Amino acid sequence: MSIETLRYQDVNVGDALPELPIALTSSLIVAGAVASQDYTPVHHDKEAAEAAGMQDVFMNILTTNGLVSRFVTDWAGIDARITGVSIKLGTPNLPGDTMTLTGAVAEKDETGNAVTVEVTGKNAWGNHVTGTVKLTLPAGD
Amino acid sequence: MAISGTEREEFEKQLEAYVGLDIGLEDRGRDPVNAAMVRHWCEAMGDACGAYTDAAEAAASVHGELVAPPTMLQTWILGGVSMASGESDPRDKQKELHRLFDSKGFTGVVATNTEQEYTRYLKMGDEIRAKTVIESISEQKATGLGIGYFINTRSTFRDQNDEEVGWLTFRVLKFEIAEASASSSSEAAAPSRPQRLKPALGHDNAWWWDCVEKDELAIQRCSRCQALRHPPRPMCGECQASDWDFVFSTGQGTIYSFVVIRHPEVPGYTYPLVVAVVELEEGTRFVGNVLDIDPEEVEIGMPVQASIELVDDEMKLPVFRRAQ
Ligand SMILES: [Zn+2]
Repeated sequence: MSIETLRYQDVNVGDALPELPIALTSSLIVAGAVASQDYTPVHHDKEAAEAAGMQDVFMNILTTNGLVSRFVTDWAGIDARITGVSIKLGTPNLPGDTMTLTGAVAEKDETGNAVTVEVTGKNAWGNHVTGTVKLTLPAGD
Repeated sequence: MAISGTEREEFEKQLEAYVGLDIGLEDRGRDPVNAAMVRHWCEAMGDACGAYTDAAEAAASVHGELVAPPTMLQTWILGGVSMASGESDPRDKQKELHRLFDSKGFTGVVATNTEQEYTRYLKMGDEIRAKTVIESISEQKATGLGIGYFINTRSTFRDQNDEEVGWLTFRVLKFEIAEASASSSSEAAAPSRPQRLKPALGHDNAWWWDCVEKDELAIQRCSRCQALRHPPRPMCGECQASDWDFVFSTGQGTIYSFVVIRHPEVPGYTYPLVVAVVELEEGTRFVGNVLDIDPEEVEIGMPVQASIELVDDEMKLPVFRRAQ
């Protein structure tokens, strides 16, 4: 994928990021857990998840973080650098549901061309994730 | 019940001993940062950013070469398949702390927050290790999940040159699982999507819900004065007669009044939610949701049509849409 990277000057506080719906399948949840090397049984073994009081396998935190970071760089482009992620976790992501990621630019700081994006990932039960992603963007020409 | 009195005091004293403690182990990545694990991750996440998987695009970008997604940081030091056994190194103080909580009945565990900062992006070949410190343990808290304690840990990640590359914190709640959920079997597990509150059915209203089950919107009618009434009740408000029958509504009506609910959001409904009082053409009013419409376009007097639909796994309800 080759998309134009946003420049610091192009971005304004309040700008909305393109919404990203993520279909939550068992395959995604297990693939995310395995790709992040997180073999905690509740993320790939339905029986273990049920024993922990859940109805099915549920998404691990690394996958949530990975999706949040993808959401931001899909928008910002290849020359963005993510410098930090801070998230609060809410309702679990379970197979059969959809998580929709939405976000907007919350702050800009000329020192280092830093931008803070507020992100929410919502599923049928409420907010799965809320938080902020900090990144730097290249200066305009 | 959560522990109390002297037992709790003793327990909290034991907890204090863990605050500030290095968990005693250094997690070392078993593989250096590598393109195969990065590609696998990007495929799982659907992340097509060229900086991670396209050498030419990466070289032309600010990164200058292939880099790993920053949110993979912890992946480089996780245990992989060995984690599935649940066994842990007996020297691991964090696991020891969790076992101490378990022994006092705080067996539930859920991560509530994580914060991460990345000093630099990791490059192929970087060798990563991490040390973790138990930063703090909260006082006992009553939470939505049950009584418990929050544990904050901080892991600092370094590379082969002992330079810091990033850190992350986790906030984890160790809690006493409420009895209701602890005793729930798998078939009693929560449904896959949020369910609506069910009506309390009784002698005076069960017939109306039976009609809904048969896809009919019924309106109660006084047998003496023919006045229509809704919701169902035993006596006519006009003439006080208690004999009644009912008619079926065509479901056609107009919006008499409405509100748009934006907050708070209750699981199982789509927001913003339009709730309208609909004047049915038969001459009584009915409260229902108006679906598939921009709330800005809803207006008083707008013609709507009811249809009876499943609103969750088992409950049918009349809902309205703008009439064609
Ligand atoms: Zn009457």
